[in-house]
Amino acid sequence: VADRKFQIAIYWGAACGGCDVSILDTNEFILDVDRLCDIRLWPIAADGKYKDIEALPEAALDVAIMNGAVRNSENEHIAKLLRRKSKILVAYGSCAYMGGIPGLANLVPREEIFERAYLNNPSLEPGNRTIPQAEASVNGYTLAIPKFYHRVYKLDQVVDVDYYVPGCPPQPDQCKAAILALVGALSGTSPAPPKGSVVGASDHALCQDCKRTRAEKKIRCFYRPWEIIPDPEKCLLEQGILCAGPATRSGCGVRCPSSGIPCRGCYGPLPNVVDQGAKLLSAVASVLDSKDAEEIARKMLPDVAGYANRYSVPASLLQRSHRR
Amino acid sequence: MIRKISIDPVTRLEGHGKIEIFLDGNGAVQDTFFQIPELRGFERFVVGRPIEELPRIVTRICGVCPASHHLAGAKAVDGCFGNEVAPLAHKLRDMYYHAHYIHSHIAHFYALAAPDFVLGPTSDPATRNVLGVVAKVGLKIGGAVIAARGKAQEIQRIIGGRNTQDIWCLPGGVAKGLKPEELAQIRPWVDELYDFVQFSLKLFKDVVLGNPAYVDIILNGPYKLDVHSMGLVDENNAPNFYRGKVRVVDFEGKEICKYSPNEYAQHVAEHVEPWSYLKFPYLRKRGWKGFTEGIDSSLYCATPLARLNVADRMATPQAQERYEEMFSTLGGHPCRALLANHWARLVEMVQNAEMLKRYCQDPEITGDKVRVVPQKITGEGVGIVEAMRGTLTHHYTCDERGICTSANLIVGTTNNNAPIQMVTRKVASALIKPGVEPDQGILNMIEMGFRAFDPCYSCATHSLPGQMPLDVRVLRDGKVIHHFRRPA
Repeated sequence: VADRKFQIAIYWGAACGGCDVSILDTNEFILDVDRLCDIRLWPIAADGKYKDIEALPEAALDVAIMNGAVRNSENEHIAKLLRRKSKILVAYGSCAYMGGIPGLANLVPREEIFERAYLNNPSLEPGNRTIPQAEASVNGYTLAIPKFYHRVYKLDQVVDVDYYVPGCPPQPDQCKAAILALVGALSGTSPAPPKGSVVGASDHALCQDCKRTRAEKKIRCFYRPWEIIPDPEKCLLEQGILCAGPATRSGCGVRCPSSGIPCRGCYGPLPNVVDQGAKLLSAVASVLDSKDAEEIARKMLPDVAGYANRYSVPASLLQRSHRR
Repeated sequence: MIRKISIDPVTRLEGHGKIEIFLDGNGAVQDTFFQIPELRGFERFVVGRPIEELPRIVTRICGVCPASHHLAGAKAVDGCFGNEVAPLAHKLRDMYYHAHYIHSHIAHFYALAAPDFVLGPTSDPATRNVLGVVAKVGLKIGGAVIAARGKAQEIQRIIGGRNTQDIWCLPGGVAKGLKPEELAQIRPWVDELYDFVQFSLKLFKDVVLGNPAYVDIILNGPYKLDVHSMGLVDENNAPNFYRGKVRVVDFEGKEICKYSPNEYAQHVAEHVEPWSYLKFPYLRKRGWKGFTEGIDSSLYCATPLARLNVADRMATPQAQERYEEMFSTLGGHPCRALLANHWARLVEMVQNAEMLKRYCQDPEITGDKVRVVPQKITGEGVGIVEAMRGTLTHHYTCDERGICTSANLIVGTTNNNAPIQMVTRKVASALIKPGVEPDQGILNMIEMGFRAFDPCYSCATHSLPGQMPLDVRVLRDGKVIHHFRRPA
C-alpha cells in the first residue's frame, strides 16, 4: 500500500481496557496492522515511552488513537503530548468521545467519591482517617500520585480531536473499518474523512437496524427491565421499556436489543445532535400517551440523567455537581 | 545519600502502576513503594441509579474481566430482590463464565507469562514479547492462540449477546437463553478449546519444566511470600468460580475461615495508605499488622495458585490429575512459589474446558425458563465471584423502589495489593545489591514478581507487543546519574 510503515500510537486515559480488548478482538487483522504500521506505543504508555514520544519531532506520529476519559493530571498530560506528536488524533470509544461511564462521576462531587472510598464503607479498617494525597511524605521519602480532578472531561475538551470512533467498546468490525479508512486516507488510496467526522458507525438511528417490529404505538406506562419479560419480537420502547435506540447512532450491530436488553446509547448521538439525553427525552415524549404534565412526571422513570446520558454526561448540557 | 529508582509506569490496574525504589548510599535497597495512581469513584456514582442497571455499569471497572464484574453485580442485585433466580440461569451464567476464564487465561499465559519463560527472563527485551514467542514456537501456534482466544470470546457472545461489556443478566436470571442451534454452533469450538488447553499444558511442561534453570527460579528464587490464600470453593472444597463460599487457608494448609458472601465484612477489612489510591485488604479478625509475613500475618493472596491452595480437590477429573501432578512437582500442597501461578492458571483452564464440555452435554441447557420476575425488593445483596485476578466482592443496598443507596467493591487485584508491595521489595532487595547497577534483566525479574499475580495492570501485555516498557532513573541529589529504558 505504502512505501513506508505508518507510525501509530495507542493510549488510554481513564478507561477500563475494553477498548484495547476490542482491538485485540479483530483477531487475525492485528497481524495486518502490525504489518502496515509501527506500533510505537500500545496499549499503555510507560514513562519510558512518554520519553520516547517526547523525543520525537512534532507530528512524527501518523495517528494516535486515544481511548478513555480525562480524569486526572496524568491523563491530561499525555493527551496533550500525543496531540503535539501526531498528525491525526482519534478519540476511540465512548469515554474519549463523550466521557463514557466514568463521566457519571460528574453527577456527584469529588469529595463524596473520596468519602465513600476511604472514610465511609463497611469494609474499611476501623477508625481510618487516611485519604490518599497527591503528594505524601513517608519515612522521609516524598511520594507523588496524579491529581484527581473535580470532574471528568471528554478528550476534545482537553485537546483538538480529528476523528471519533464511538462505542463502548467499538465493535471489532467497526474498529477494523475505522483503521482501514485511516490507512486509506494516509496512503492516498481513498479520500480522508472531513475533520471532526465520526468514523466506524452509521449516520442513522439504531431503530432503523433493529429487527424488532414497531406498531407506532403510544405508551401509557414505563416498566423497568426487571419488571416484565418482554415479547421477543416487538419494540422494547413500545412495550414500555426505556430504550435509547431512537436517539442513538447505529453501528453496534444492535446487540443489546437483539438480546432482549434495552439500548443505553453507547454509540452516542445522531449527527448534528448536541445532547443525546435531551434528544432521547424528546423522542420518548412524542410516544407518551398523555398531555398531563403531572401524570407524565409520575410515569417517568427514576434517574432520568443516568438513563438518558448514561455515556455522555461530560458531553451533555448538564453541569457537574457541586457541593455547597 | 538516598538514590531513587522509578519504574513508571509498570503497567496498569484501572490505569497505571508505579514502583519507587529507594537505595541507600551504598546502593542497597532501603524501601520500595508500588503505587496505584488512579481512582474513578464507581462506589459513589452508582448511588441513585436503578439497582438493576448496576451489572451493566460496573463492567466498566475492567474491560478485560467485565464478565466478572457483571456476574458479581448480578448476584448482588439478585440478593436485593430476595434471591429468586431461575435455576437454569445459574447454569448458563456459570457456562458463560468458564468461556470468559479461558479467554482471559489464554491471553495472560501467552502474551504475558510465556515471554519470560519461552525466551528467558533476561533475554533481549526487543524480542521478549508475544511476537518473540511466536517466532520461537512457530507461526502456526501463534495463529492457534489467536483463534482459541477468539473462539472463547465468541462463545460468550453467542450465549450472552455480547462479550466485552456484558449486558445479559437481569434480576432473577438472564435476558436470553441458549437456542439448540446456538449450542450446535459452539459445541465444536468447546472441543477445540479443550484440545488447546491440553496443548498449552504440554507446551508448559516441555519449555518450562524441561528447563532445570526455570524450575530452580520457580522453587528457589526470591518469588515466595509467607502469606495466606483465599478462594471460592463449592461444598466439596473444590474451586468454583461463580458461586460458593470464600475459604481462607494459611500457608501450612490450615483453614483460617470460610464464609458466605454476606459475611464478607466480618472477615475482610481494607487499610488505606496516603501514597496510593488503592486500598490494602487484610483479614479483619487478625488486624492490620503492616506489610508483614509469617504464620500470624493478616495478609493473603487471591490468585489462581491461591484458589488451588484453598481447594482440597478439583471439580473435574482431568483437572484433578493435573492438580495432583502440579503439587507433587512443587513439593506439596499448599505452595508459596508465586511463579507457580502460571501453572495454576493452566490447571484451572482444564476445569473450565471440562465444565464447558459438561454443559454442552446437559439436556436442560437449551431450556427457556431463564428468568423469573422477582416479586419483592429486599434491599441488600452481596455477590462474590472469583475474578481471574482474585476474589471479587460487590455489595449493594437499595431502597424500596430499587434505587441504589450504597455500593462497596473489593476488586480482584486489590486483594493482592499488599503481597505485591512485599514481593516487589523482596525481589528488589535480593537482586539490587551494593555495587550492582540494575540492568533491564534485573528490572524484568522484579516485574516477574508482580506479573505472577496477573494484576490488572498486566492488561498492558495482554496485547500483541506483549511488553511492558520501562524507564529507570537512578538519582543522586536530585540529579539523574544513570538512565536507561527498555522499549516496548
